[in-house]
Amino acid sequence: MNGQKVKEAVVDALRIASTILPDDVVRALEAARERETSDLGAAQLDAILENVGIAREGSIPMCQDTGLQTFFVEAGAKSPFLGEIRDWLAAAVVDATEAIPLRPNTVDPFTGANPGDNSGRFMPYINWEIVDGDEVKITVLPKGGGSENMSTVKMLPPGVGLKGIQKAVVEHIVSCQGKPCPPTVVGVGIGGGADIALKLGKKAVLRPIGSAHPNPEVAAYEAELLELINMSGVGPMGVGGETTSLAVHVEYANRHPASLPLGILVQCWADRRAHVLVRADGSAEVIS
Amino acid sequence: MERRLDLPIDEARARELRVGDILYLTGKIFTARDEAHLTMLEVKEAGKSLPFDPGAMALFHCGPVVRKAGGGWEVIAAGPTTSVRMEIFEDRFLEAFAPRIVIGKGGMGDRTQAGLEKVGSVYAHYTGGAGALAAKRIEQVEDVHWLDELGMPEAAWIFAVKDFGPLLVTMDSAGGNLYKNLEPKIAANLEAIRARIDG
Repeated sequence: MNGQKVKEAVVDALRIASTILPDDVVRALEAARERETSDLGAAQLDAILENVGIAREGSIPMCQDTGLQTFFVEAGAKSPFLGEIRDWLAAAVVDATEAIPLRPNTVDPFTGANPGDNSGRFMPYINWEIVDGDEVKITVLPKGGGSENMSTVKMLPPGVGLKGIQKAVVEHIVSCQGKPCPPTVVGVGIGGGADIALKLGKKAVLRPIGSAHPNPEVAAYEAELLELINMSGVGPMGVGGETTSLAVHVEYANRHPASLPLGILVQCWADRRAHVLVRADGSAEVIS
Repeated sequence: MERRLDLPIDEARARELRVGDILYLTGKIFTARDEAHLTMLEVKEAGKSLPFDPGAMALFHCGPVVRKAGGGWEVIAAGPTTSVRMEIFEDRFLEAFAPRIVIGKGGMGDRTQAGLEKVGSVYAHYTGGAGALAAKRIEQVEDVHWLDELGMPEAAWIFAVKDFGPLLVTMDSAGGNLYKNLEPKIAANLEAIRARIDG
């Protein structure tokens, strides 16, 4: 088993993620365009939607920042490939960099050297979760630098409560103005610890826009937070308008009594993602 | 006002441009992010001359995806990068090279605003992430500088463009600033949001 089928499926997924914006995101952008009252904001959304169409038709990356290739792997404990997946993903990223192409984005922080193929120390980064079963589900998230730069963690005093979290999120998103390429998707991670809150926020971003959180109270909290952010008027690309964010997704963990960690993970309008399923027989395919 | 401009433009023409103008550019533009800014300033400060004339082109904050095609290069995607990273040296860059139009996304700060006013240039916003749309308006890669030293995203690429836009002027040489114009309204909205959360 040399993993060829898996590598090919992952290259396909990277191509799809880079060139075809998921339907739920396109629908959210179109809805934002429908309700936009600012001419400048509407012009930004028009340019985004035209760009998305050009990328899809030409099978070219929708944004020149094709991101850091980040994987979330739900690995079935009985999969025969747990020892190989890491190498296959790394090889697929190198192949995809040449084939799609992707921008070489992995720079050594000490030497400044760029290997040119999106490889490097801890790259591509893989988030592992061991689950039941013998299948492996791989999610690819090409994460852009401009929006990632706007992500942050705040260690709030627990006494500020859920209202304090809402204020902190809105204030942060407003302070970002146009820098993370709004309209954004905001992943809000609450609890756990500093690192866990950010990780939960990033995982929350992976949920399709329009999907409600399974906990109805959290779902209502997400909807209210989205409405509050969009009252700000920052608008598409920060030029003013109705839609600053397309969605707010919350994920949470229990917290230490002394801590209220808040991870704010900002995703640009190019909310790119794709999935691959690897079966125990070695077959692999892109799944929606 | 919508304006179709052939580059280069002179200082007097650049000083006529105002916040809210929509520009479409035809001519030459060069890309420069953090590293190319620093490299170009070092060349200038060492008393040497640059291999191209940045004053005759628009400056584009962009790290493109390009690929070798035939004997030259093909641009795959080339949208703007976040401009404010260049805030720490853009005023010096403007004084050194006087590009009349700075293209990027997200706006810039007070130092750049002062530089634009002094030198007579404007900052124009291009829709962030619109890399495929931008690539369509780039007719040719004319040249590239410091590719080996800086890598693909950070190198200075020289593009010939036609009707490159829409670019929205958000900072002009007369002190106009779209982001500052929005600030009072956004601050008032934020107060209303806080009141609603507390209510």
